[in-house]
Amino acid sequence: MDTNILLFALIIPLIGFLINFLFGKKLGKSLSGIIGTTTIVISFIISVCLFLHIKETGEAIRIHLFEWFSLKNFKIDFAFYFDQLTALWLLFVTGIGSLIHLYSTSYMKEDENFHKFFAYLNLFIFFMMVLVSGSNLLMMFIGWEGVGLCSYLLIGFWHQNREYNNASKKAFIMNRVGDLGFLVGTFIIIYIFGTIDFVELREQTVMGITASSFAVLLSFATLALFIGATGKSAQLPLYTWLPDAMAGPTPVSALIHAATMVTAGIFMITRLNFLFDLTPDVQNIIAIIGGITAFMAASIGLMQNDIKKVLAYSTVSQLGLMFMAIGFAAYEIAVFHVITHAFFKACLFLGSGSVIHAIHGEQDMRHMGGLKKYMKITYATFLVSTLAISGIPPLSGFFSKDEILMTAFHNNIPLYIIGSLASIMTAFYMFRLLYLTFFNKFRGTKEQEAHLHESPASMTIPLIVLAILAAVGGLISLPGHSWLNEYLAPVIVNNAASHPHHLGTTEYILMGIAVIGALIGIGLAYNKYIKNQEIPVNDNQVRGIQKVLANKYYLDEIYMAIIVQPLNMLGGFFKNVIELLISGIVLFFAKFASEVSYQGKKLQNGNIGLYLFAFVFGVCTMIYYLFIAR
Amino acid sequence: MENVLQIIGIENYIYLAILLFSVGVFGILYRRNAIVMFMSIEIMLNAANLLLVAFSNYHQDPQGQVFVFFTMAVAAAEVAIGLAILVSIYRHIGSIDIDKLKNLKG
Amino acid sequence: MIEILFYLLSAITLGSAFITILSKNPIHSAIWLVVCFFSIAGHYALLNSQFLAMVHIIVYSGAIMILMLFTIMLMNLNISNEISKPLVTKIVATIAFCLVGLVLVSALTQTAPAFDAYVNSGQDYQSIQVLGKVLMNEFVVPFEMTAVLLLMAMIGAVLISKKDKKIA
Repeated sequence: MDTNILLFALIIPLIGFLINFLFGKKLGKSLSGIIGTTTIVISFIISVCLFLHIKETGEAIRIHLFEWFSLKNFKIDFAFYFDQLTALWLLFVTGIGSLIHLYSTSYMKEDENFHKFFAYLNLFIFFMMVLVSGSNLLMMFIGWEGVGLCSYLLIGFWHQNREYNNASKKAFIMNRVGDLGFLVGTFIIIYIFGTIDFVELREQTVMGITASSFAVLLSFATLALFIGATGKSAQLPLYTWLPDAMAGPTPVSALIHAATMVTAGIFMITRLNFLFDLTPDVQNIIAIIGGITAFMAASIGLMQNDIKKVLAYSTVSQLGLMFMAIGFAAYEIAVFHVITHAFFKACLFLGSGSVIHAIHGEQDMRHMGGLKKYMKITYATFLVSTLAISGIPPLSGFFSKDEILMTAFHNNIPLYIIGSLASIMTAFYMFRLLYLTFFNKFRGTKEQEAHLHESPASMTIPLIVLAILAAVGGLISLPGHSWLNEYLAPVIVNNAASHPHHLGTTEYILMGIAVIGALIGIGLAYNKYIKNQEIPVNDNQVRGIQKVLANKYYLDEIYMAIIVQPLNMLGGFFKNVIELLISGIVLFFAKFASEVSYQGKKLQNGNIGLYLFAFVFGVCTMIYYLFIAR
Repeated sequence: MENVLQIIGIENYIYLAILLFSVGVFGILYRRNAIVMFMSIEIMLNAANLLLVAFSNYHQDPQGQVFVFFTMAVAAAEVAIGLAILVSIYRHIGSIDIDKLKNLKG
Repeated sequence: MIEILFYLLSAITLGSAFITILSKNPIHSAIWLVVCFFSIAGHYALLNSQFLAMVHIIVYSGAIMILMLFTIMLMNLNISNEISKPLVTKIVATIAFCLVGLVLVSALTQTAPAFDAYVNSGQDYQSIQVLGKVLMNEFVVPFEMTAVLLLMAMIGAVLISKKDKKIA
């Protein structure tokens, strides 16, 4: 495959960004949207070609552009590396990216900064492609930081709103904490291996040359990298930015904060699976954190009333399940869930966007309801995706989630229980969302009701495509015969042997339990919101455990108290005490000098005679010093 | 031919130059008329010149006397400029009393 | 004979310098200064530097003093209208005079340079011919610079003393 075409695929979103950023205003909205979408579609087409090519040959492609820098024995190339994993990620990043671009052309139609929105989206796709195709950790870091920047820009896209700005800042700062982990991990890996090129790293670890003597240090490295992943992929303890990130426009939430960027952490760990396999302790930590995150986020999701917040917590919860799978070294299953999740979560977000679009920016589910009859396509796609995420067979979510739970069952029963509970809760809150939004009567204002309408075709087409994918996406990795496992086999070092896919009685029982769990969740939601027609009360009326959930376990408040307040106090201490002290000392000298010079000024009174006398006296002193006093 | 330094000695010229220079200093501090102060400066310059010539004789070296030429040229230039400035000042404030020139202060 | 001449000339030099400073009328000062310059020229002649003595008379007595006299007369300063200085200034000036003299003399005695007896080598070192050669060989660049300096001084003097049109 021609390397120039691949580079073209990488660079064209950047070109789209430059055109839209520099000339977007002059081009007009429709042309700007066309350029933004077309560039991504071209990338997508090339990605498909790449995917087919790699699938056929099974060989990775490495494009070496130039040597970036070298320090003694350590050198870093500016190079790209396309293997099976990269191809897969490129495929769904550009694929879903194209659909969301198309969707945005009508969703953002009213916005005055339309061209800027498309510029940022293109830039995001570019950085995401760099992230997944970099040939070493530093190249990945370029993309890693780039997508963080785009996320920041897009969350704060409506920057007139102060709260949105705060949300974008929060996302950025939380990500910085994780990025530090990423960097520390990179540095330790450089120290251990002397290289950060993925291929070389893999060769070294497979041969086991250096890793064995640095076991503890390697654990620190992988832990630090995992901290990086928790920042980007919104895991405990750094997940709090993701729900706030819903301040951005809905397509952004769908693309960045559900389908692509938040999976970067999973991509990174899968990319370095050979390193993580060497540190089982860290893997345990990952699994536990993933499980707890999944459970906590799902339980918070039960009590949220903002349609996008529910989806955000759902995303965090699903990401937690993925990390759980990674913790059990089941990388291909995590990747599988990433893909299916990308389909149905993007569909859900776009569907919610369609709803929000229809009722003019209203996001509170308590003011929705009965939208089924107004928005048939949106409802149908939303239903499919909701069934998929709840884990109803034969939709995609069932397969991927079931695989994760099965792996958990084989490895760690408590985590299996936690994961199952999270799944049941997922089914409950997703159907709660569905019922509150689409069933019963409309609860909004009359004016809103009059304007209810189905979204235009450019918005429904992506929905339909994504719903179909969400429905059939499970086919790529059927239990027993997994195409994905075979495809990813070259990337993952210790896969097939440790996770045999034989289907026994246990597996069928587990599947049954999962389905029953999902049905229980759905049933509860049906009972509560359809039969009894309950509507969630206001936040200040909830009590007990519900109150804790509605307030998101007070995690933001705890962070406030533990980290922000002491920092503020420290800042206040420095400002009020130390600064006063320092400025006091400095000002003392300044005052002293000023006073002395003020007195000295009086000597210079303009009397030339005095000057002359001073001059003569000075000369005499100099002569005295030079010739006499010696 | 006999040289005067053989009879009198260089020391006496030095003392004479010192005294003349001191007189110049005295004049500068004593008078407030700018022109007389100029004259005092000329006296000081001449004290230096005298010493230069005396030492030129003592070392039998023409360079000292060449230096006197330059001093004279500089003195001429200085007087020309200085007097022009004085004229200009006189036009502005109607006096060349240095006690009236009090603008030079901080 | 020469000794008497030297002391006489020295007395005239110092005396006329004093009178220059002390006389109230600037014109008298100028005239006494001319006397002082002539006596210094006499010193030069005594030191056998005839050429320098001539130049000195021409430049100082002829050019500089004439310039000063012109200025004095231009400003109408011949009337002694100078207010005498306060006593403290006079005392300070006297102290400074003594101080400078004392410091310089004591610097001389302190360093105590050993003056060898004068040896006459019979070499010609201060005739016009020799001076001219030195001036045009070793010191030709400073010499030319002096010419430029004088030109500048002339231009500057004209510029400065020109009547300021904005004010006048």
